[in-house]
Amino acid sequence: MTQLFDCRDAFNDKLRELAALDPRIVAVVNDSVGSSKLNQFAELYPNRIVNVGIAEQNMVGISAGLANGGLIPFVCAAAPFLTGRALEQIKADVAYSNTNVKLCGMSSGMAYGELGPTHHSIEDLAWLRAIANLTVIVPADPVETAQAVAVAATTVGPMFLRISRMPVPIVHDPDYQFVIGKAARLRDGDDVTLIATGVLVTQALQAADLLAAEGIAARVLNMSTIRPLDVTAVQAAAEETGRIVTIEEHTVFGGLGSAVAEVVVTNHPVPMRILGVPGIFAPTGSEEWLLRHFGLTAQGICAAALELVKGVPMAKV
Amino acid sequence: MIDGQAIDTEQIERLQSIARAVRRRDLEVVHGAKLGHVGGEMSAIDILVTLYFAVLRIDPKRPDDPERDRFILSKGHSAVALYTTLAHRGFMLVEELDTFAKPLSKLNGHPDRNKVPGVETNTGPLGHGLPVAVGAALAAKLQQHSWRVYALAGDGELQEGSNWEAAMAGAHFKLDNLTVIVDRNRLQQGDGTEQTMHLEPLADKWRAFGWSVTEVDGHNIAQLLATFARLPFKAGKPSCIIAHTHKGQGVSFMQDKVAWHHKVPNAEEVTTALKELGEVVA
Repeated sequence: MTQLFDCRDAFNDKLRELAALDPRIVAVVNDSVGSSKLNQFAELYPNRIVNVGIAEQNMVGISAGLANGGLIPFVCAAAPFLTGRALEQIKADVAYSNTNVKLCGMSSGMAYGELGPTHHSIEDLAWLRAIANLTVIVPADPVETAQAVAVAATTVGPMFLRISRMPVPIVHDPDYQFVIGKAARLRDGDDVTLIATGVLVTQALQAADLLAAEGIAARVLNMSTIRPLDVTAVQAAAEETGRIVTIEEHTVFGGLGSAVAEVVVTNHPVPMRILGVPGIFAPTGSEEWLLRHFGLTAQGICAAALELVKGVPMAKV
Repeated sequence: MIDGQAIDTEQIERLQSIARAVRRRDLEVVHGAKLGHVGGEMSAIDILVTLYFAVLRIDPKRPDDPERDRFILSKGHSAVALYTTLAHRGFMLVEELDTFAKPLSKLNGHPDRNKVPGVETNTGPLGHGLPVAVGAALAAKLQQHSWRVYALAGDGELQEGSNWEAAMAGAHFKLDNLTVIVDRNRLQQGDGTEQTMHLEPLADKWRAFGWSVTEVDGHNIAQLLATFARLPFKAGKPSCIIAHTHKGQGVSFMQDKVAWHHKVPNAEEVTTALKELGEVVA
């Protein structure tokens, strides 16, 4: 049985490690110590955790002020409220003001399952990738999560990290090096490219196995930076595989699929399938149930890829 | 004596003279650009000049000095008043003001900290300055630094809920290094504040949120000086100065008129206004 990990643990382990080395690192929360799994950080550094109460606009504004005062705030809050409620503060106080704030959207996607669409964060990538000067990172596993936290702490500038709570296996080698704006090619293949982000990367890898059984060689890219997008990798996927399936735990309006499509249509148009939440408020269900419901599984990805391959001749486009 | 402070007549006259120069220049810049918010700029200028020329511990040669006091213009639409004050204080050349709102000018309709030395945060949307000021004041406390943080908020702006989130936080974190000045000109874009959305009893609101409050005449530089000299009003509490002001202060036909929120004066109006403001004695 493959071991599964909650990326919030890797996030926190790395944050504590970095905080020990860099006294400028502080955590900012909206009564979200528990949900961000910051309990150990709070015990170790009681004077370096700023709890603003349930006030997201203030949380982001205060963080911009803390950065103005030389600190490196990691804002840790449930993704739907951090992004939706404080969007204008993210735009004006963080991105446009170019402050060194690290926005960490916890329990992203449909992690809150049955709590319903108010608590789902499936619009965040669309909102945030529309904002200039904001790096948007979606780690796929604990290895990448830890590295993304380290890169965030040591790279000056506004950043959003989308952290999931859904248990996932490790998809990266221990020597993997996360680089902002660089997709990781996890599987080679020339028949179709599966471009996934976040916790669904693992489903894309399983889909590639299913496709291999059908004689189809699928390339798998982990697109962990949504902005700036790895245009080179997308262009190569279009040119070399002729078909692209994107997979994200996000609405199909404006997220990873849209970002990839923008590159594909302007550089090398090829048929695509964009898998995600189809522009509706999700019905009641657990995250796992909802992902299955929307076909965001290895089987669903495989079916979409097969459809593309059948619709488009296997010879190079 | 005002509040136990000796009055330095010479300093007051100097500040009044600078304020007159800033008002004159502000009107010319807005007229030249055909853009600006003169009403709220005239109401804020005495406060800005007092802060920049007598209160803030800042050095125009080192705008990024980590130990500097921070001033945050929450009412970002009064940008020309801020730019003009910064220019007179030496943060940029006064001639640069003529580029205001021109293509590619660093002087946008609202201030950009990445382009204009001395600007701390990019404001424009209302209700953003005070939370950032709370953060900057908290950063000083967390690192045992001695800088002070001042935020100038419009009164109409206080209708934004984010201010009250920040007001709660300022008191909760005992930020006695933080001061908010409310430019209480009683007018907002469309009407009086009380006609639009009641703010009164405003001082009581701040007190209820845990702030120590003083009310002053925001155009009386002697009073402003004496008030700033008393900061913090109470140890362990953030300070709120409700500065009673007049929109369009100094220009009779603008004063207390809603229409002059962002109306641009024509050449004739500028001439009349400059005559009323009086010459600047070097």
